[in-house]
Amino acid sequence: MAFAAFANTAQAVDAAPRKSSKIALVLLAPGLAYLALFFLTPLVALILTSLQAPALYGDMGEYVYAFRWENYVAVVNEYGETFLRSFGYALIATMAALLISYPIAYFIGVRARKWPAIQAIALILVIAPFFISFLLRTLAWKQIFSDDSWTMETLKALSILGPDAHFTGTPFAVIFGLTYNFIPFMTLPIYTTLERLDTRYLEASGDLYARPSTTFFKVTLPLSMPGIVSGTLLTFIPASGDYINASGDFLGGPSTQMVGNAIQSNFLVILQYPAAAALSIMLMAVILVIVAIYVKRSGTEDLI
Amino acid sequence: MRFSFGKALLPIYTVLALIFLLIPIGYTFAFSFNASDKSNIVWRGFTFNNWTTVCQAQGVCDSFVNSIFIGVVATALATAIGTAMAIALVRYRFRFRGPVSLLLFLPMATPEVVMGAGLASQFLTAGVEKGMTTIIIAHTLFCLSFVVVTVKARVASLDPALEEAGRDLYGSPAQVFWRITFPLLLPGILAAAMLSFALSFDDFIITYFNSGSIYTFPKFVYISAARGIPAQANVIASAVFILALTIVIVSQVFASRKAKKLAAPIS
Amino acid sequence: MATGTFAESGADLELVGITKRFPGFTAIENLDLFIPAGSFFALLGPSGCGKTTTLRLVAGLEEPTEGKILIGGKDVTNMKSYQRPVNTVFQSYALFPHMTVLENVAFGLHRRGIKDAVAKAHEALILVELDHVANRKPQQLSGGQQQRVALARAVVNRPALLLLDEPLGALDLKLRRQMQLELKAIQTEVGLTFLHVTHDQEEAMTMADTVAVMNKGRIEQMGAPQELYELPRTAFVASFLGQSNLFTGQVVASTSDTISLDIAGNHIVVPKARAARHTGLVTVGVRPEKLTLHTETQTHDAGQNVLTGGVVKDVSFSGVSTQYIVSFPDVGDIVVFAQNMVFGPVVHEGAIVSVSWNIERGFGIEDHPEQAGKFVPDDNTASIAVAQRKALSAELEGA
Repeated sequence: MAFAAFANTAQAVDAAPRKSSKIALVLLAPGLAYLALFFLTPLVALILTSLQAPALYGDMGEYVYAFRWENYVAVVNEYGETFLRSFGYALIATMAALLISYPIAYFIGVRARKWPAIQAIALILVIAPFFISFLLRTLAWKQIFSDDSWTMETLKALSILGPDAHFTGTPFAVIFGLTYNFIPFMTLPIYTTLERLDTRYLEASGDLYARPSTTFFKVTLPLSMPGIVSGTLLTFIPASGDYINASGDFLGGPSTQMVGNAIQSNFLVILQYPAAAALSIMLMAVILVIVAIYVKRSGTEDLI
Repeated sequence: MRFSFGKALLPIYTVLALIFLLIPIGYTFAFSFNASDKSNIVWRGFTFNNWTTVCQAQGVCDSFVNSIFIGVVATALATAIGTAMAIALVRYRFRFRGPVSLLLFLPMATPEVVMGAGLASQFLTAGVEKGMTTIIIAHTLFCLSFVVVTVKARVASLDPALEEAGRDLYGSPAQVFWRITFPLLLPGILAAAMLSFALSFDDFIITYFNSGSIYTFPKFVYISAARGIPAQANVIASAVFILALTIVIVSQVFASRKAKKLAAPIS
Repeated sequence: MATGTFAESGADLELVGITKRFPGFTAIENLDLFIPAGSFFALLGPSGCGKTTTLRLVAGLEEPTEGKILIGGKDVTNMKSYQRPVNTVFQSYALFPHMTVLENVAFGLHRRGIKDAVAKAHEALILVELDHVANRKPQQLSGGQQQRVALARAVVNRPALLLLDEPLGALDLKLRRQMQLELKAIQTEVGLTFLHVTHDQEEAMTMADTVAVMNKGRIEQMGAPQELYELPRTAFVASFLGQSNLFTGQVVASTSDTISLDIAGNHIVVPKARAARHTGLVTVGVRPEKLTLHTETQTHDAGQNVLTGGVVKDVSFSGVSTQYIVSFPDVGDIVVFAQNMVFGPVVHEGAIVSVSWNIERGFGIEDHPEQAGKFVPDDNTASIAVAQRKALSAELEGA
């Protein structure tokens, strides 16, 4: 799957490209045209929209071109906190997903090698959530932990939770939902790198007087870095733009709004296109900066 | 073998984690059998009715059919365009290789909400009415990069000597492509197509920005979430889940059989 | 040419002024080569010498920057690979993994629209004794079997010219010997022209009628295997094809048929007929197995060259023979191979010895001494890695 492919690109050594020819152009042209028309142009459209001003005497949702950079200031003032919350939630969810996923990936990729059947079954179970709508899965959590559900009542009866405890509408619920949704995206790339890990390295490390924990931190972990990098990117990027988990109809509430919710409501509900566009551009810019720094620092530039 | 708690820790953890992953699926599946009336939140008893009356709940089947249609068309487009790009990227040398790779990576690094809002802005500016076509355009876009990455890995693992051997053995360029390159890339292309379809079928965010009045299955779920989702939606989701799982398991078994057969020693 | 008919017999191959430049380096420089029909010709050289490029040019997988390629007198320079009456046995065999062995062998016949393709493919498989696995997939075969399928897949087309790109490299020693014999037998049986590219000098010498030693995009020397071995013309050939002891010194005397060099006070005599240069600073050499080791001091005997006062530095036993490294003051280290006629080594490390050889066994090479020196073959892994890195960066620059 692509998650594997995402992790794989680093290893894919180009097999002797030798013809610089028109064929390459013919093969690339449709894709490049498509990306130019429906990816680059929309980004430009987004930038232009973000600088629009409301039309004079116009209806709601009518805007004209202007160079209204104040839109950005307004958006920062209004949604600065939402921005920070988004990245905060995404970061915590990414870390949590990494901590939960790594042992799973390690078990399937390294420990279970002797039993291919177990490996295959575990792998299928990891990707199983992909086969059912993530909206329904998220709703399921909402209902499992709704205030009057037996799960919550049991937890309260056992005094694990206080009598007025809520799940839905809390930051914890949103982060929980994000973490849950992205565990497969984290597990698969890490699995693909660990699965190729030559266990002789681990033996060699043990042979050279490293304790198992040292071997893990000095050998296993560095060798699985490409998988960790793609897994964290595959989690962090969509998580910071997500608005399902934080939506009031799902796990969130008024105090857990993320930037995705703000973009969605500005664009589709109150029709403030410039604000929505300005938010989008800022989100994209921040993510690109974070990704660029991250990819550089982790030394996996050929990931692209 | 002596039982060691330390050694058993990881398998036990993995089993628990997998159960955790599967809880919402089990929940969705179970509630497809709920004798619900308006909302499907409280368990009211077991029934097969929802399965036999799938299409009677308003909008469930229509949106499902829309999702299938969009998935098929977007997958076909993305797979065709993406495969060509993957071959070009691995097999040919040209200027602007770096920028092209970057252009393909960017959509994967763009949050869906930005891509959705961007396309919607463009359609707004261009005065294009949102509908089936705009959804397909959007889905093809976000599937494309994943197709390229998946197929590229396959092309890179293909020994160029095989195609050279084809040419050496009197195969014309077209014959070499259709008899050698294409069959050997097919597993990668199929994997890319399956992934593409899965991404398209489950997409909500981009779709929501560009769908106009058209409902896809995820959009139907999202809109219904506020007032209660009919149990028939659970039926559709469960059925798709079982079908997809069956396909994966069958292909796995098939692949491992084949691998075993190939590994069999001969003299 | 490519459709319908088989080549009746092997054809001549002629390369005229072939140059091949890749971005950043020149693989082949102005190469002329003539290979007569029906011969078994080996192109021998270290990795990166241009031999594989030459082969790919002949196959039509690369286009020459300059020059012409003629097969059977016909100019094929502008012909596509699939139009040339040439087939290749690839280094990695390149058997199509999605086809059966039989489909692989019949592939070329089908492409050319030849009748009875399947029957002919079976015949070819019988020739390589693999007809019983005709319906298997290539992955199910052993390395040696795959190699034979690759050979059958090429030979079945009766090409005028069969190209072999290090086809035995992936096999272990025993299998390689067996394959060498089989290849040679098939060549005599079907009477095709074989062009065999290899870095294995032993393989080249045992199989080919003519060997061309290639280095840095040029052919250094070409001839029958014995001729190349007994009378190498360059330091490269002397060291790449077997081992050589080389000495450089001033010519101090010369008769009508010998020259005499002064090497650190020793007189070394070489026949004029076996020396490329007769005056000035000259490099001469002798093969290690032509040397005789002596423990008692040798008197100068006409017809013998003698070096005295050497110290045995190293003795290594390798079954058939023992290799001694003897260090002579001011001359350097000399390698001696001695047949193990008796049990155990004759001398031990630290022994004072002298060596002698028949002056008829020496040879003088063409290279100017400043360039020659002791040649280090360019085939160690480090230099291959360097070459690959260079190639890679050249490619990246060009991209």
